[in-house]
Amino acid sequence: MSHLLLLVPFAALILANLLPRSARPAATWIAFGVLALQTVAVVLQPLGLTDWSALDPVDAAIGLHVSMDNLSILLLLSAGLAGMASLMAAGPGLKTGRERFLFANLVLVALIGINGISMVRDLFSLYVFIEVTAVATFILVAIRHGTDAFEGAWKYVVLSAVASVLMLSSIALYVLVEGGVSLAAVTHALASPGPIPWIAAALFLCGLFIKGGLVPFHGWLADAYSAAPAPASVFMAGIVTKASGVFALMRLAQSVFADALPARWIFLVVGAVTLVVGAFLALTQTDMKRMLAYSSVSQIGYIVLALGGSPQLGIVAAALHFFNHAVSKSQLFANAEAIEEQLGTVSMDRMGGLGSRMPVTAGTSAVASLSIAGLPPLAGFWSKLLIVIALWQVGQYAFAAIAILTSLVTLGYFLSLQRRVFFGTPLPEWASVREAGGRLLVPALALSLITVAIGLGFPLVLSMLLGGGQ
Amino acid sequence: MTLMTILLVLLVLAALWASMTTLLLRATIALALASAMLAVVMYTLGATIAAVLELSVCAGLISVVFVSVISLTQRKPFKDYVVRRASRLTRFWPLPVVLVAAGVALSFVHSPVQVALPVPGAEGDVRVVLWNLRQLDLFGQILILLAGVIGVLVLFKRESKDDN
Repeated sequence: MSHLLLLVPFAALILANLLPRSARPAATWIAFGVLALQTVAVVLQPLGLTDWSALDPVDAAIGLHVSMDNLSILLLLSAGLAGMASLMAAGPGLKTGRERFLFANLVLVALIGINGISMVRDLFSLYVFIEVTAVATFILVAIRHGTDAFEGAWKYVVLSAVASVLMLSSIALYVLVEGGVSLAAVTHALASPGPIPWIAAALFLCGLFIKGGLVPFHGWLADAYSAAPAPASVFMAGIVTKASGVFALMRLAQSVFADALPARWIFLVVGAVTLVVGAFLALTQTDMKRMLAYSSVSQIGYIVLALGGSPQLGIVAAALHFFNHAVSKSQLFANAEAIEEQLGTVSMDRMGGLGSRMPVTAGTSAVASLSIAGLPPLAGFWSKLLIVIALWQVGQYAFAAIAILTSLVTLGYFLSLQRRVFFGTPLPEWASVREAGGRLLVPALALSLITVAIGLGFPLVLSMLLGGGQ
Repeated sequence: MTLMTILLVLLVLAALWASMTTLLLRATIALALASAMLAVVMYTLGATIAAVLELSVCAGLISVVFVSVISLTQRKPFKDYVVRRASRLTRFWPLPVVLVAAGVALSFVHSPVQVALPVPGAEGDVRVVLWNLRQLDLFGQILILLAGVIGVLVLFKRESKDDN
């Protein structure tokens, strides 16, 4: 089945471009269908409701070196959900048919990149699929032109190019000392004496830190998220930057650095600095999308911090927080688009009292905000609890305390967002504001429901994640 | 002065020209020259397949793509370029100087770690590399090219009434 996750979106991409001009609106639905199919397929697999073994001969005949595990499933599922939400948001968020057509194309290209990232077991292939995702994302940011969009895309391109140089240098060093770049070869190289394998590891990690927007390489992220059109922000914040930076870190932590103490310390320090700096930067924002972007930086810090915890539980906690954040942040950006569509601005200084006029947006936004802040019984509470336990198990009490205290800051800026946007008396200029349309409310409601359902059914989710071992 | 030193000096000069010029077309020519120099360096070191790919893809195909895209852009008055070139040289001249100085300094450092180049085997055959060992990467590179084509459409093609 793993090959189909690359080839079906590729076939859909070709099909969408073969459509006559008059049928191009169907491209969005083709992309949506591929994402829905992927989501259903990966949900059914761990539940044991499907048997894909009939496709093994197809996989063998194609012969691409990819394979799936529980970590892959989590990324594939997150990509499916965030992608569907962004395509639904593209209706109101992108004004012309051409923009929507190109957006659907770019989502499909990025999806193939993300699916590749989730399934490869080789450092160079990982780099290639990270680049596939990144190139599609640069264009997504700039899709509506304008100075802000070009500036955001340009910063992303420049920093991404620096990351690429670092990663390619790392790959060259591994080829030099080990003769190969499979994850097994890299693990073997790190176990051998000498500084070069660790220098190479540091270079690759720095590249991934830039791609993931970790402090001190976070400068591009807020500009890119806030400059991109809302549907692109939904997709990027939900999955793209996490897949190209953070998921790759999780894969390396799981397969390469499982017992490596230096790597664990790097994850702890970089994760802690990122979550604290991101949270305080979010606290000072007046632009809703920029606040959500810095909140993403902070939550990415939590995921990386978890990788420095106990080897097995740390990966599970990181994976769960990765998924929870993908769901909640996609939803919050969909909420931001609903507000921007009605008000024409995302400046929180000009908002207030929108709760009575947009009750569904306000309600779903509260669910996602409280989940990310870590309030029980929502999904975010459990993943943060697991992160703290994973840190406690290896005696990292100070980092566990940082994680807990920063949660209070997270709660602070999300409560501030809720108060400034939804509470109080509505300004007279927003008298005609109405609730957003169904294409923004449906994804917001569906993603909120997932957040609540995972929170309430957490024992089942945890046993599935732990049950698969890897 | 060996052939390799001459090649590396030419490579650095071409790369500097590509970075410092403010005319896109000249930057493209300079980049193609740098790629050609790099291809000769690779060939001299025995990496013939890499040299052929560098020459055909980076110096050839990529240059054609750049020139095609530049032809879609709007030309600015030449005096704008002169002003920007002066400003760029004033602001960024230390960067290439530091880079070249670092390269020269590093060439005098003898690494304590001896590494052996991998022995070429079956993977030396470009067909085996592309179709058996790295076909996944080839697929990824096709996708990057596709994304690039979409990028050109997004950034440079004007919207027609039919597109709406």
